[in-house]
Amino acid sequence: MSAERARVVRDGLAVGLATAAYGISFGALAVAAGLDVWQACVLSLVMFTGGSQFALVGVIAAGGAAAGPAAIASSVMLGLRNVVYGMRMSPIVRPTGWKRIVAPWWTIDESVAVALAQRAPALQRVGFWVTGAAIYVGWNLTTLIGALIGDALGDTSAWGLDAAAAAAFLGLLWPRLKSVQAGAVAAGAAVVAALATPVLAPGLPVLVAAVVAVVVGWWNLFGRRAEQAAGA
Amino acid sequence: MTLWHVVLVASVATAALKFVGYLVPAGFLERERPARIADLLTIALLAALIAVQALGAGQALVVDARIPALIVAAALYAVRVPFVLVVAAAAAVAAGIRAVT
Repeated sequence: MSAERARVVRDGLAVGLATAAYGISFGALAVAAGLDVWQACVLSLVMFTGGSQFALVGVIAAGGAAAGPAAIASSVMLGLRNVVYGMRMSPIVRPTGWKRIVAPWWTIDESVAVALAQRAPALQRVGFWVTGAAIYVGWNLTTLIGALIGDALGDTSAWGLDAAAAAAFLGLLWPRLKSVQAGAVAAGAAVVAALATPVLAPGLPVLVAAVVAVVVGWWNLFGRRAEQAAGA
Repeated sequence: MTLWHVVLVASVATAALKFVGYLVPAGFLERERPARIADLLTIALLAALIAVQALGAGQALVVDARIPALIVAAALYAVRVPFVLVVAAAAAVAAGIRAVT
């Protein structure tokens, strides 16, 4: 059991290190979008969920503070999956005392993934806590470093940071494109967002594209029976 | 609405969502349809953000150095290059094209 435990700790730390490295790109892109260093740090400290943080920064980059409501809505919608994670982790982690605050806060893609990859509940808890702690510490440090780098760069488009932002979103999307349904939603949403860009205020095209997910998800278009069974 | 308002409202709302999952009894989102829509929402929003980030210039659509950079990024992800290296490569491609054009 203790060898198993050491393996889970190593896995958690490895995932934590790899994820924390993204923080550099997040910090730099946040500053490139017009946020200051402290705003970038508050996002990583309080929001602490990468997809939502990148989304907020992406919408602000397109529309500035005027796109604020759309930026908030985008990050909240991307954070909805954390509700599902919480429901899955709650009976496993069963947090008490101060852990009742920290456990939900650290419930993100990676901590849940490492936890659920283990069989024994005790190891699931180890995976969750090690990964969550490693990412929380690492992500906030690297956000600060990235934001300071972004601040020092100045003209961000000459450095290609706008292209880096698109590549960062693609990196978050890539591992999720595992089914025909996922690919269809991604393609449909990208087309809708592009077509809506000239006619809607900045930020709104991203929200309108979310309708694609609701329509496809409601009627399970492009979905296969086998996948439903596997997902349930 | 200042940027600070946006940052604080979005941070508190998103963090609060994480607590919702621990507070409500398992059930609603475990059902097939809501869980599926929550998953697909993530995919749709990320894809839409890629489109806007790669093509948008204010309210115009512009094809420029970002597109070759994104293609390079996709190729690198396909061969499992780590995230940070891909993002840096995409920035380098776009910066390189802009430097010579």
